[in-house]
Amino acid sequence: MNKEYNPFSLEGKTILVTGASSGIGKSIAIECSKMKAKLCVIGRDIVRLNETLSELEGEGHRALQFDINENEKIKSFISELPELNGVVHAAGIIKRLPLKFISKEDFNEILDTNLVSASQVTRELHKQKKLKTGSSIVFISSIASDFASIGNIMYMASKGAVNSFSKGIAFEFAKSNIRSNVIQPGMVVTNLTKVINDKEIEEDIKRYPLGRYGTTQEIAYAAIYLLSDASAWVTGSKIVVDGGITLR
Amino acid sequence: MEQKFITLFKEAIDSENDQISMDTRFRELDEWDSLAALSIIAMLDEEYDIIIDGNKFQKLETLSEILNYISENK
Ligand SMILES: NC(=O)c1ccc[n+]([C@@H]2O[C@H](COP(=O)([O-])OP(=O)(O)OC[C@H]3O[C@@H](n4cnc5c(N)ncnc54)[C@H](OP(=O)(O)O)[C@@H]3O)[C@@H](O)[C@H]2O)c1
Repeated sequence: MNKEYNPFSLEGKTILVTGASSGIGKSIAIECSKMKAKLCVIGRDIVRLNETLSELEGEGHRALQFDINENEKIKSFISELPELNGVVHAAGIIKRLPLKFISKEDFNEILDTNLVSASQVTRELHKQKKLKTGSSIVFISSIASDFASIGNIMYMASKGAVNSFSKGIAFEFAKSNIRSNVIQPGMVVTNLTKVINDKEIEEDIKRYPLGRYGTTQEIAYAAIYLLSDASAWVTGSKIVVDGGITLR
Repeated sequence: MEQKFITLFKEAIDSENDQISMDTRFRELDEWDSLAALSIIAMLDEEYDIIIDGNKFQKLETLSEILNYISENK
């Protein structure tokens, strides 16, 4: 055997990652580059996005500034992209409000970013035949789809919808041999979790059976599996990566 | 100003407690919990256009301190 055994290699694959300017999406891009993928990284903040680009291993990566909620620009944006073997939808936002303070605008903002825009990006990629046969689509959902926490109604609903959406397209795209799966992370400290105060975090960590929060890399490893050919027979599934918190 | 704030405070946390005054240490109220905290933060945004993050809010103890925060950050 002259080539090293690695069923999780992403060599020869081009992968698009949204939300790559921060947190989990950033880590996914970096870890995928270490697995030899070529990356197209997307985010709104060009400074942080370029930081991600500079941390990628290997050559031939691209950083593209784009707000996925700019629906009218999605078509032309997607047309600029190369053919892909994988997409990771990691762009996402959170807003914690009790129901009596939730307006339609608040709800739409969360649903647009976490669900509808990801659906439109996927739709355009498919329409423009950017997803090669054998492609893998990964959604970064959350354990919040099934487990309640105070004030988290809009986020929970958006992630539940993402889970169902992924199953829907897994079924619809199966005949094109395109897979779709979901990762449900537990708590990982990123910019997103700044909505939770330090004291709450201190208390919450104690509830984790494995005794700590996760790291962004630990979510990225699940994404690598789902993007690699090791998961060629896995579609419509949900992988929980949560330090055991949902055992409770 | 103060009376209006007390009313909004009580409405936000669904309380009919007549003892609540500007000096009340609200974290000691029976009705205080994490939902109440989020509700006050949301009320400050809706009624006073004040966005306060959880860590800053954590440092406030009485209704007066919240009202001071509002006037200092208007
Ligand atoms: N952290 C956790 O504990 C946790 C747990 C479960 C699931 N998740 C999920 O993981 C995903 C990543 O979250 P994170 O924790 O890494 O948060 P983060 O550090 O705040 O990163 C969020 C990313 O989404 C991007 N984004 C947001 N709105 C966008 C838009 N309209 N257009 C383009 N990009 C947009 C941001 O781009 P800019 O910064 O450039 O604006 C940023 O790159 C989210 O879907 C989140 O729900 C996180």
